[in-house]
Amino acid sequence: MSATYQPRHASELRDGDRAAEQRQADQKPLGGIAGWVDDRTGAAKGTSHLLKKVFPDHWSFMLGEIAMYSMIVCLLTGVFLTFWFVPSASQVVYDGSYVPLQGIVVSDAYRSTLAISFDIRGGLLIRQIHHWAALIFVVAVFVHMARVFFTGAFRKPREINWVFGTILSLLAAIEGFAGYSLPDDLLSGTGIRAMNGFVQSAPVIGSYLSYFIFGGAFPGESIIPRLYSVHVLLIPAILVALFTAHILLVFVHKHTQYPGPGRTNNNVVGYPFMPVYIAKAGGFFFIVFGVIALVSAVVTINPIWAYGPYDPSPVTAGSQPDWYMGFADGALRLVPGWLEFESWGGFTWSMNIFPFSLILLPAMWTLIGVYPFVEKWVTGDNREHHLLDRPRNAPTRTAIGVAGIVMYAVLMFAAGNDLMAIKLHLSINDITNALRLLFFIGPPIAFWITKRICLSLQRADRQKVLHGRETGTIWRHADGRFEEIHAPLTPMERWPLVQHEVAEPFQLTHEVDANGVARPAARKDRLRAKFSHFYFRDRVPTVTPSELEAVHHAPEALEGHGKAHEEAREPEAIEPAGRP
Amino acid sequence: MNDNQTTAAPVEGNALVPASGDGQVLPASLAAGPDTFENPGLPPHIHRAADIDPAAAKRAERQVATMFGISMLGALIFVVAYFAIRDEATFFLPGVGKTSTQNVVLGLSLGVSILFIGLGAVHWAKTLMSDEEVVEERHAQASSPEARADAVTVVSDGVESTGLTRRPVLKYSLGGALGLFALPLGLQIAGSLGPVTVGELKETLWDPENNGGKPIRLMRDPEMTPIKLEDVTNGSVFHVMPETLQHSIDERKHVLEGKAKAAVILIRLDPNDIKVQKARDWGVDGVVAYSKICTHVGCAVGLYEQQTHHLLCPCHQSTFDLTEDCKVIFGPAKRALPQLKITVDDEGYLVAPEGFAEAVGPSFWERKR
Repeated sequence: MSATYQPRHASELRDGDRAAEQRQADQKPLGGIAGWVDDRTGAAKGTSHLLKKVFPDHWSFMLGEIAMYSMIVCLLTGVFLTFWFVPSASQVVYDGSYVPLQGIVVSDAYRSTLAISFDIRGGLLIRQIHHWAALIFVVAVFVHMARVFFTGAFRKPREINWVFGTILSLLAAIEGFAGYSLPDDLLSGTGIRAMNGFVQSAPVIGSYLSYFIFGGAFPGESIIPRLYSVHVLLIPAILVALFTAHILLVFVHKHTQYPGPGRTNNNVVGYPFMPVYIAKAGGFFFIVFGVIALVSAVVTINPIWAYGPYDPSPVTAGSQPDWYMGFADGALRLVPGWLEFESWGGFTWSMNIFPFSLILLPAMWTLIGVYPFVEKWVTGDNREHHLLDRPRNAPTRTAIGVAGIVMYAVLMFAAGNDLMAIKLHLSINDITNALRLLFFIGPPIAFWITKRICLSLQRADRQKVLHGRETGTIWRHADGRFEEIHAPLTPMERWPLVQHEVAEPFQLTHEVDANGVARPAARKDRLRAKFSHFYFRDRVPTVTPSELEAVHHAPEALEGHGKAHEEAREPEAIEPAGRP
Repeated sequence: MNDNQTTAAPVEGNALVPASGDGQVLPASLAAGPDTFENPGLPPHIHRAADIDPAAAKRAERQVATMFGISMLGALIFVVAYFAIRDEATFFLPGVGKTSTQNVVLGLSLGVSILFIGLGAVHWAKTLMSDEEVVEERHAQASSPEARADAVTVVSDGVESTGLTRRPVLKYSLGGALGLFALPLGLQIAGSLGPVTVGELKETLWDPENNGGKPIRLMRDPEMTPIKLEDVTNGSVFHVMPETLQHSIDERKHVLEGKAKAAVILIRLDPNDIKVQKARDWGVDGVVAYSKICTHVGCAVGLYEQQTHHLLCPCHQSTFDLTEDCKVIFGPAKRALPQLKITVDDEGYLVAPEGFAEAVGPSFWERKR
């Protein structure tokens, strides 16, 4: 990877220069198949580079792996399922071995899914593994995303990978929706029915859009084959391509690591790919696959035979989509109907549906995707970051993340408002109204609480550094006083608590230029200063060596020192360490 | 010094400085100078039992091999179970209920055979493979200035060689061609995906022209038998389809499309409970028929609360009050369920003479036009 490859001019060949080729032929080849391949591809150099790659160890780095492996399980079992599934909405009379449905007119898609479940040996198992793996895939993607967010792993140079990951997570959810709609059972058909309603709600083009998607009137016979090609071809192709780019960038950037002794922003400390990570990560694939298979063996998911075939007329009480679409369904349940209105000209504006269905998903994912760029603009930080933040050390970011999760959770719980009403014997109207309220007040409260917790944790870290850890040993003094002994931290223990930098908010120094004329950029700077203030107003300074020194020599000196900082003003709860 | 910082943070725009700064454009921690802790370096390596004790290593080896052995056993059980267990066999699994023996045995054996490969490999890596940490240096992600300059030269030389800058005709004609080539493909897919007959959204099988202009009988769904007025007792609910659907059913064509718009719910209330005159007039002796397709996103509104006369949509909980002409009293729907005007024909069967007066189902842009 050192010298840049320099192509020679082709005229050299005309001069009869065959020396380079000769040299190649003289070299002693590698043995066996590896040698044969390397002779033809020159793969040895890249392979050794790859196999020597170092990966840091942490449990939270496995979340992305779970996503990757459950996706592979989906791809594998999905191929199996295509051998028996018939993506057709044509009506047939069911004559398979599931007695309660015999003689009923169903779609071929539904009939073949029943066949997979009852007539093809092991078919139900593969179907269950496919569905469970899909659910776990989306969970793992979201949790992995949360890990990346809360540790600040999206910062330079990884913004592109954050955007790739954002798109991947959206595609994962859409892929899941397309997939569970395929069996054409009553539950999923109701989901497609609602989807048709969303599409129809689009201003101006809604009805045409619906007719294009369904190939005519809902439900028609086109939607199943179309969803099928989207589910097995279009989205998987994009998913796999983007996922490959995602992983390649991880290799290019080298994995981030948590701060710790010996770990710096300029190195990566861990274990080599060969053999440790091949065994660990490769083994982990089997663990993920094995656990999914065990779950699929005993816990039935999506028993389509119990729902019956899709028919627009029957009732399906307790209709919930798969969990990752829950938030979108929940949003629709919370929106009040009065938002719909008719404008001049007799046009219907379904503002109770359109913004909360068709717009909601792209809008939400756009917000997630642009976050790194917003934070970068606020901090003005253009450095590369390879050391992860501990979430407590970025209180505002952590609080924003938790507020977002709370908002999401409110919407997701809203999708189960009917189930909650039934199980808890509460009025569904009260539950819905409470969730409406919670949607607005929940996130700010969560933001505030999270931020305070982060700052408290930082203060606890400070105290631990300054006064040592509690030993649990109580000393009784000669005068009858009791004191718990605090043991000072070793440099190794101390380092993770003092290594981070504490950003300070920007202040606008001048709004006019040297000639006293208002600067055009002043408004932008003012906004940025405001954001910066919002992010970094509350902060807990890290302990400095001189501070620690001061505590050791004269504990009371700390009082004056802390006053400079807003957050350090609160009294220290623990008595200074020291033997009597 | 603190080597967590690669470089000083360049702050864009010199009008913004850190609050505590004196105009110096540096993060506080760097500006603070040497008063930071030093990275103590990697802690000493602690050897594992298997590294220093051959007996422990041997034990780990045996454990790994046992796990691989369990995996093999699982695979073999799967093969045997695949042939040995009857398809229809069931058994009672505590906590789950009656369940397919084959699915459980195949799943558990497959799971065990896969899981134990993973457990074995990870245990192997954690006990026997080297756990000496390795350090790899990072380098700035950006290419060197020379490499960048080189890339710029290659591109600009290439562009120069094409003459793109000197021959604007080529530039604009190429731009035009590239801009237009997607049009035929886009047109094909957009134009051919579906018909543009969206006017159908306002039509249902209840429209009399589907029956030669004659009133259309209300039929039970799915039996497709006609309903006499006296069959509808007080408080009873009928799920109804039009007589005209029979034609689709016989031909097995457009059955679901027909049902998706024509589904109707028929309920008898005490006429005095109906507060709206029009609703009473469009029914017969307190028997009223309403579209069962939710005006929100189109689910079937089929949950009837007999005491309160409320109709609830199971999808998003829009609640319609039957006594008030199915007006929305809660939830995300805006419009009342459209009422189907019904009468009784000569033979005493319920019929719909006119079809719906407005488009049924979810809102769409031109529904009122």
